[in-house]
Amino acid sequence: MRLEYFQMIDRVVGYDAGARSIRCESTVPDESPVFDGHFPGHPLVPGVLLIETMAQAAGFLALALNRFEKMPFLAGIRDSKLRLFMAPGARLEVAATLEHEGSGFVVAKAGIASEGKRVCDSELMLRIMPFPSVAFSVMMREQAQRLGMRTDP
Amino acid sequence: MSTFNDIADIIADTCSIDRASITPESNAIKDLNIDSLDFLDVTFAIDRKFGIQLPVESWTKEISDGAAKMEDYFVLGNIARAVDALTQASPVRAPG
Repeated sequence: MRLEYFQMIDRVVGYDAGARSIRCESTVPDESPVFDGHFPGHPLVPGVLLIETMAQAAGFLALALNRFEKMPFLAGIRDSKLRLFMAPGARLEVAATLEHEGSGFVVAKAGIASEGKRVCDSELMLRIMPFPSVAFSVMMREQAQRLGMRTDP
Repeated sequence: MSTFNDIADIIADTCSIDRASITPESNAIKDLNIDSLDFLDVTFAIDRKFGIQLPVESWTKEISDGAAKMEDYFVLGNIARAVDALTQASPVRAPG
């Protein structure tokens, strides 16, 4: 995880097209400028970044299901619960499952667990749109490959 | 009317619009001022209730290509007819 760069996912460890689900892993870094403010002397991953982490897992799921031909953008957050604080060094297991595929959008249920305990969960709506540019599309494929995903058709 | 009533209830609930002001002649965009994000929520709720996929992307493309008018797809009575056609085409309601 590199919180300040919004790189929330370290690895994709499982993608199941049939079950329309994805599993990812991340480790909270020991140091980050984010912790300078959140909070001084008591570093915790901000809740909004836990939501972002779930959204990125759901996003990589939507990318894969769309064969990396369209880009998901977070459009809605519903029924979110932030159950546990996450401090530096915490290992996160991030999972997302597609609940509904609509016309131009998807809805996924996502959650994070750490050491067997539920950290947070949410229902996320992602708008599925054309890539804004070819360069953007290439960047997303390269990022997914770095995380261990296959991006070939 | 049942499908229309269900859709009107969804819109009233999702967009905080007075149910009494929603009629089959209401245009979701022009009359009810539903923005694109709220319309996504409305579409999701309709999809889920009726077990369909409302083809909003293809509607929007037809309108932008000039092949259809906004009224053809975004007047609520027409949305209800589209939902009825889709549910009759796939009588088994899908999960989700």
